[in-house]
Amino acid sequence: MSGTVDPTVINLVVFVLAVFVGYHVIWNVTPALHTPLMSVTNAISSVIIVGAILAAGPAEVDFGSALGALAVALASVNIAGGFLVTQRMLEMFKKKEPRAAKKEG
Amino acid sequence: MSANQLTLWYLIASVLFILALKGLSSPTMARRGNLFGMIGMAIAVIFTTALVARGHVDFIVIAMLAGGGIGAFVARRVQMTQMPELVAAMHSLVGMAAVLIAIAAVNNPSSFGVADPLPTGNKLELFIGTFVGAVTFSGSVIAFGKLAGLGKRFRIFSSAPIVFPGQHWLNLAIGLVMIGFGVAFFLSPDEAWTAFIMMTGLAFMLGVLIIIPIGGADMPVVISMLNSYSGWAAAGIGFSLNNAMLIIAGSLVGSSGAILSYIMCKAMNRSFVSVILGGFGAAEGAAAADAGEKTVRSGSAEDAAFLMQNAESVVIVPGYGLAVARAQHAVAEMIDMLAGKGVNARFAIHPVAGRMPGHMNVLLAEAEVPYDQVFEMEDINGEMGTTDVVLVLGANDVVNPLAYEKGSPIYGMPIIDVHKARTVLVNKRSMAAGYAGLDNPLFYMDKTMMVFGDAKKVVEDILKSLH
Repeated sequence: MSGTVDPTVINLVVFVLAVFVGYHVIWNVTPALHTPLMSVTNAISSVIIVGAILAAGPAEVDFGSALGALAVALASVNIAGGFLVTQRMLEMFKKKEPRAAKKEG
Repeated sequence: MSANQLTLWYLIASVLFILALKGLSSPTMARRGNLFGMIGMAIAVIFTTALVARGHVDFIVIAMLAGGGIGAFVARRVQMTQMPELVAAMHSLVGMAAVLIAIAAVNNPSSFGVADPLPTGNKLELFIGTFVGAVTFSGSVIAFGKLAGLGKRFRIFSSAPIVFPGQHWLNLAIGLVMIGFGVAFFLSPDEAWTAFIMMTGLAFMLGVLIIIPIGGADMPVVISMLNSYSGWAAAGIGFSLNNAMLIIAGSLVGSSGAILSYIMCKAMNRSFVSVILGGFGAAEGAAAADAGEKTVRSGSAEDAAFLMQNAESVVIVPGYGLAVARAQHAVAEMIDMLAGKGVNARFAIHPVAGRMPGHMNVLLAEAEVPYDQVFEMEDINGEMGTTDVVLVLGANDVVNPLAYEKGSPIYGMPIIDVHKARTVLVNKRSMAAGYAGLDNPLFYMDKTMMVFGDAKKVVEDILKSLH
């Protein structure tokens, strides 16, 4: 054995471990919160924006960087939309005072 | 900012993302988790932008503000009944972003710190990322149309399955040709634009073709599956750009969607393959034809109110019919009234109630039902035998006792055991069969009383009688 490790091999290591972590974390999510789970995973997968930023980044503007900027915009819709709508839903799951008491009072 | 430093920041962001998902294990921890997620995203975005600081940061910031503004606006305005459509639309954006990034990567790999032209290994991964991204995009657009009810205007969005002879063979053929172009793309020493474009175009087509045969009621599976795909697309792009952030986040999302798909399939007692092949529900209503021979007992909303307020325990089983009728607020008020009269009133939720996983829980939470009055199927089924009155609102197949009879099409599907309760009240608009096209013996039981009418109208009438 000699030489450096190929980046693809490192990627594979990261990938398998991340899937493993994901598997265990997701099974613990309470079924009541499966809709917020979907909206927040949507926001999280929009971290693809980092790829878009790199594509849009170069100083000289060309076809690729224009597509990159478009991808940044699309992913931003998801990031803002995903986290905020999740927030909105989770606010609804706050512990509440009994409604009857509130209305009578 | 060096690439190494950036990767360390990505590590922090990844841990925060994992904490965000972990927070969802309980409603009290979830809001803090979501905050972690936002911080993680901010770290990833800010430090990546810092890496390209000498480039066109102005374009990037403008694009972010424009996109973010639209996202924030939509997040504020969207109704909770429209969540499935919103999620489908968001999946399509992830898919499209993946495709755009892939094109940019073929065009100029050096901006990602990858050798130019792309090495063969990266090309293979880019092919996978692009293909999954394109399928996610067009598939999600179709799913969005189906969920938003655009089927009336455009037949392609019809919520009934669109099937034609040789469909699966056509899909297989397109899939194989697409893979052929993919192979040509990654074996070619140069950029191979033709192969890349053909492959992406076919992937877009395939996304449409695999979603159109799937019927409206299988949407919880479809939407979870597309959630999963959007994650794998991000991970695929991450592989080709050697970007750990994308691989980790993509894998987390991919496994999340896969697990949700599995849970949904299991709750419908369908195999994943049979959902994907589609066509289920095409013969809707056919099996209910002989329903007229048997007699049902029907009653009024006043009768229902009388039975419920004199019961010790009441369980309400909401289905999608409740959401369609927008009756969740009236139901929330009803359960309050019952609680005020000393009745132990609770909700029982089947995993596939609604159009996406957990949808019914969100609708009830929006109507300010405390989450400790809302129970999952497996947590409340054991108590059904000692429950006085069950009120089924706009649900059918998920309470069908045929699921216990060998040989019935839904045999083995987990159901809420409402037939074990002392009295069963069923609200339906008519005697039409449910999605599975099956008759429901529950309706003909001696202890069952049918309350016909629109869910919202019936619940409001019950409320009036409770006053």
